[in-house]
Amino acid sequence: MGAPADLKFTKEHEWLRLTGSVGVVGITQFAADQLGDVVYVDLPAPGKEAKQSDVLASIESVKAVSDIYAPVSGKVTRVNADLAATPELVNSDPYGRGWMMEIEVKSPSDASSLLSPQEYEKHINSGK
Amino acid sequence: MSRLFDTAVSSGIPALPAHARRAAPLALDALPENDLVRHHVNLSRKNLCVDSSFYPLGSCTMKYSPKAGEAVASEPGFLQAHPWQPDSEVQGVLQALGELQQDLAAVTGMEAVCLYPAAGAHGELCALKTARQYFRLRGDTDRTEVLVPENAHGTNPASAAMSGLTVVVVKMDATGRVDLADLRQKVSNRTAVLMLTNPNTLGLFETCIEDVARAVHDAGGLLYYDGANLNAILGRVRPGDMGFDMVHVNLHKTFSIPHGGGGPGAGPIGVKSHLAPYLPGPFLKREEGAWGWAEADRRSIGRYHGAFGNFLNLLKAWVYLRLLGDEGIRRVSLGAVLNANYLQEKLRPMFPIPYGHGRCMHEFVASAIALKDKFGVSAMDVAKRILDEGLYAPTVYFPLLVREALMIEPTETERRETLDRFVELMQTILREAETNPQRLHDAPIRTPVRRVDDVRAARHPILK
Repeated sequence: MGAPADLKFTKEHEWLRLTGSVGVVGITQFAADQLGDVVYVDLPAPGKEAKQSDVLASIESVKAVSDIYAPVSGKVTRVNADLAATPELVNSDPYGRGWMMEIEVKSPSDASSLLSPQEYEKHINSGK
Repeated sequence: MSRLFDTAVSSGIPALPAHARRAAPLALDALPENDLVRHHVNLSRKNLCVDSSFYPLGSCTMKYSPKAGEAVASEPGFLQAHPWQPDSEVQGVLQALGELQQDLAAVTGMEAVCLYPAAGAHGELCALKTARQYFRLRGDTDRTEVLVPENAHGTNPASAAMSGLTVVVVKMDATGRVDLADLRQKVSNRTAVLMLTNPNTLGLFETCIEDVARAVHDAGGLLYYDGANLNAILGRVRPGDMGFDMVHVNLHKTFSIPHGGGGPGAGPIGVKSHLAPYLPGPFLKREEGAWGWAEADRRSIGRYHGAFGNFLNLLKAWVYLRLLGDEGIRRVSLGAVLNANYLQEKLRPMFPIPYGHGRCMHEFVASAIALKDKFGVSAMDVAKRILDEGLYAPTVYFPLLVREALMIEPTETERRETLDRFVELMQTILREAETNPQRLHDAPIRTPVRRVDDVRAARHPILK
């Protein structure tokens, strides 16, 4: 499955869906596949502020625990409460019901530093 | 015939005297002794261990534990010694500990050794606390960062966090070694310690170790040697000579004491003399030929273990070193590196070895990525299939930077025929991946416990 066209990506395999100043964040299909079965997602409390690239959440799979970074600076307004009981949504639907956080984006121009779907595909094919 | 049985026969053997007999049976469920023995023997047969099979678990150095160590540790004088006995009654015990300290200092190039830590991670904690104390008493209190390479063992960042220090990750270069440019950018007057495993978790020697050491020392930091992979260089090159200020050694890896089931582990630490006063006490001393203990002064970080460490295990390591001697110790690393390279070359046509362009040290990391892409067979499937043949599996999915990683460490205690059988098994598994991948997804089918649902266990743990 290719990277959805309406998303922006980080090299650390997060995606961002930006609508005005509201951004939704999750991890990519590639990341979910690499992690294997996700067993726990540690999400921040709404209201948490983060700068671009700060650690915002962490995700635990049967293989490893990994950090999730803020793709852009902003304040968390909402998190996906479904992941507490059904973390497997990250594996089954990473770009949909496996979303993680909604962020009030401080400066939407931050997103210009992110990768396009094509650039992201190239990044994962380069083996990094 | 029947008359034969009618005769009361007496053998004349006396019964136990009345005072030695129970008036009534014990209020326990009655079970014959043989049933109890069978229960435990059958349980033990369900176990895979180094005494039953090849155990190429990477980064764990599952070498054979010589039985001579067990024999010495079973001597009543050692077995029944009590930690609080007067020193004069346990001179042999103290001598063994003292000589082990000297031996470990000699093979690591350190100047003081503390035998107390009960495991490698405990050693790391102990050493980082020692480093903090060293800086604190110098008034150098801003050093709060621990540098760890991205392929470090998970214990390194965990120990740093447990010590109240902040972890800074150092990148790797394209060859799989510390990226010097990245390191130079990240060292600063906040650097307390760089923790490094050498050879690293990819089985590669950090060839720029002297430059790494210089960069850290020039910034005023200390170098910590994670001894997990010491087996590769034992008797060839010493951490102390590479510039390390502190080390831990895993006696249950390099020094052959049993892992786990044989009792607790042991992870002594060694330091250069400038760090010695801060180590946990009490310290062993020898005055006029007699061994004894001296309490540490206020510079010490205090006690880190009840009594004096896991003594019987320490003793087995002392036996191991004294059985080998100087020449034998050199042959350990020679054999470990030779066996790993033999297996690497045999497996090279079968599996990609992403960082295996040259010779490896004591282990190497192959990848099952081609099997995964072509046949949907994962590193986990390969590992589980190996269990079906009564062998233990390599480490899987570590280090994380190799996808579908199979980390293989044969150790020096295996002969060539054993390695060849392992190679044949891997060939069989490759054929099965192509012709019958379901067999690999189903594996193991012959073990007492089949594949555990680790996902469900992690998602819905039963904690009570």
